[in-house]
Amino acid sequence: MTAVSVQELEFRYGERVALNNVSFQIPSGEIFGVLGPNGGGKSTLFRVLSTLLPIQGGNAEVMGLDVKQRADAVRRAIGVTFQSPSLDLKLTVIENLKVQGHLYGLFGRTLRERCGVVMEQLGIVDRAGDLAERLSGGLKRRVEIAKCLLHSPQVLLMDEPSTGLDPGARYDLWQILFKLRKESNVTILITTHLMEEADLCDRLCILDEGNLIAEGPPDELRNLVGGDSLLIEGQNLPELSKDLEAELTLEVQQVGGSLRIEHQDGHQLLSQIATRYAGRFTRLTLGKPSLEDVFIKLTGRTLDAGETE
Amino acid sequence: MSSADPPIIAGPNTDLAAPKSALWTSIYTLAVREVTRFLRQRSRLVGAIGQPLVFWILFGAGLAGSFAMPGADAENGLSFQEYFLPGIAVLIVLFTSIFSSISVIQDRNEGFMQGVLVAPVPRSSIVLGKVLGGTALALFQAMLFLLLAPLLQFVHLAPQMEFNYPVLVILKALFFLFWISLGLTALGYLFAWKIDSVQGYHGVMSIVLLPMWLLSGAFFPGSGSTWMTWVMRANPLTYGVAGLRKTLVADPQRLPEFPPEWLCYVVTIGFALVCLFVDVWMTRRDPAVAS
Repeated sequence: MTAVSVQELEFRYGERVALNNVSFQIPSGEIFGVLGPNGGGKSTLFRVLSTLLPIQGGNAEVMGLDVKQRADAVRRAIGVTFQSPSLDLKLTVIENLKVQGHLYGLFGRTLRERCGVVMEQLGIVDRAGDLAERLSGGLKRRVEIAKCLLHSPQVLLMDEPSTGLDPGARYDLWQILFKLRKESNVTILITTHLMEEADLCDRLCILDEGNLIAEGPPDELRNLVGGDSLLIEGQNLPELSKDLEAELTLEVQQVGGSLRIEHQDGHQLLSQIATRYAGRFTRLTLGKPSLEDVFIKLTGRTLDAGETE
Repeated sequence: MSSADPPIIAGPNTDLAAPKSALWTSIYTLAVREVTRFLRQRSRLVGAIGQPLVFWILFGAGLAGSFAMPGADAENGLSFQEYFLPGIAVLIVLFTSIFSSISVIQDRNEGFMQGVLVAPVPRSSIVLGKVLGGTALALFQAMLFLLLAPLLQFVHLAPQMEFNYPVLVILKALFFLFWISLGLTALGYLFAWKIDSVQGYHGVMSIVLLPMWLLSGAFFPGSGSTWMTWVMRANPLTYGVAGLRKTLVADPQRLPEFPPEWLCYVVTIGFALVCLFVDVWMTRRDPAVAS
């Protein structure tokens, strides 16, 4: 069963193209990541799916419901968390949950029971009476997720949920997401610009300048980069790059402050470079290709350098 | 459109997400939220009721000798503070409505509004919840002022005036204050929806809302100047202030005849309904919000 289906989605802000012919499908129960630099179109995609922006071209369906025609039914099927938390900081945790429940037509006993369930699920029962403004970033995020689970949505849309979280809280967040997928079989679409996070998704797509440039499980995407990945840091890299290309017939990419080489037999190349060019680099790293390498291979830029906003 | 909705495809606990209309629960909850927030920010109470109270006492004392109600002889005429009383009640309403409009801007900037916009609530309930919550606050504070301020005469901060209102007068005053509050809060929402910063809203406040209050007969009758008379007659708030004043002053001889009471009702209620209607229309039309 397909939870989210996007076909040839287009979106422009005036002249600027934010989404260009984007298509993908998310099967039910999957954690799907949308990876890309800021300004790559992630947020636009997120806002279109969460019914906050109108569809300009193409189609989008959530749980078989057309986002354009059936916005209200889609709103009932989705739970949304925003990059900037939508909590009312002057209300307590439980008050925030109650307001949310009322907005979805829940009240009375049903609402109380649901509040109990989601607070239990996210481990915030003992904070029920605390004002939201007193909570740490990680706890706020948990309340935010509890809020969007109240009406038992089938699809969660999360915009950069780890913004402002320290590594510990980020780890917790993902444990919660895994638990949700396992226990409630919800489908989760998550936007991120963090590689470590993208790696945790079942599948992901990479959005750059409004185009979907790759889609698949993280491992499959990594295979786009053949073999191993070598990273060289040091002074006077352009010259080293020229020598490497001329003398070893390698394809060298200069990215930011380092050189990047893709090679089938990384370890052999590593020793070759280490002996032949000793002293001309400060650091030489060999690794399996990361998603960052995939992104660099596809766009010629690092994810951080790709910012257009 | 809800009648044509097929049930949502089976998922976890779908029965809980049954597509009941969330109109009333969401109006209720958004209105209650306004009140709760207000009660947690004491400074708002001071701002909305303290300043008008100080104005009333200082202007009342300062202008006591130089104010003469047009068309009334000196001994029968209203004291300035008595004249100014309903004007200050309306100023309290205005301040409260400005505070709640500013919260529309804050809700949007802080992200709370996004959460409401992705919920399956009719867009009209967003307007009604916000405006009714603000109205309740304005009504409560203004009424509190009207009942308590005349008691200041016993500590010589106000001249002698009526303070023991019959129940009917209180009910009528509540009625007028309700519609004035609704109108001003709805008007504030209208500006706030279009303005994205609190600073920008201050501009509207000083060139639209405060002059509107000044030219409503709240502060001075303005009957000495022809052009001002007409500006005031064109101001919808004039009729609310006049209606409230006619309610509070028992003897109609002490007040000018214009505007007649029926006109006060018509304009005050009409203005509130028009503003509310425009709010709903504008909120629905917003492309980022369209349902």
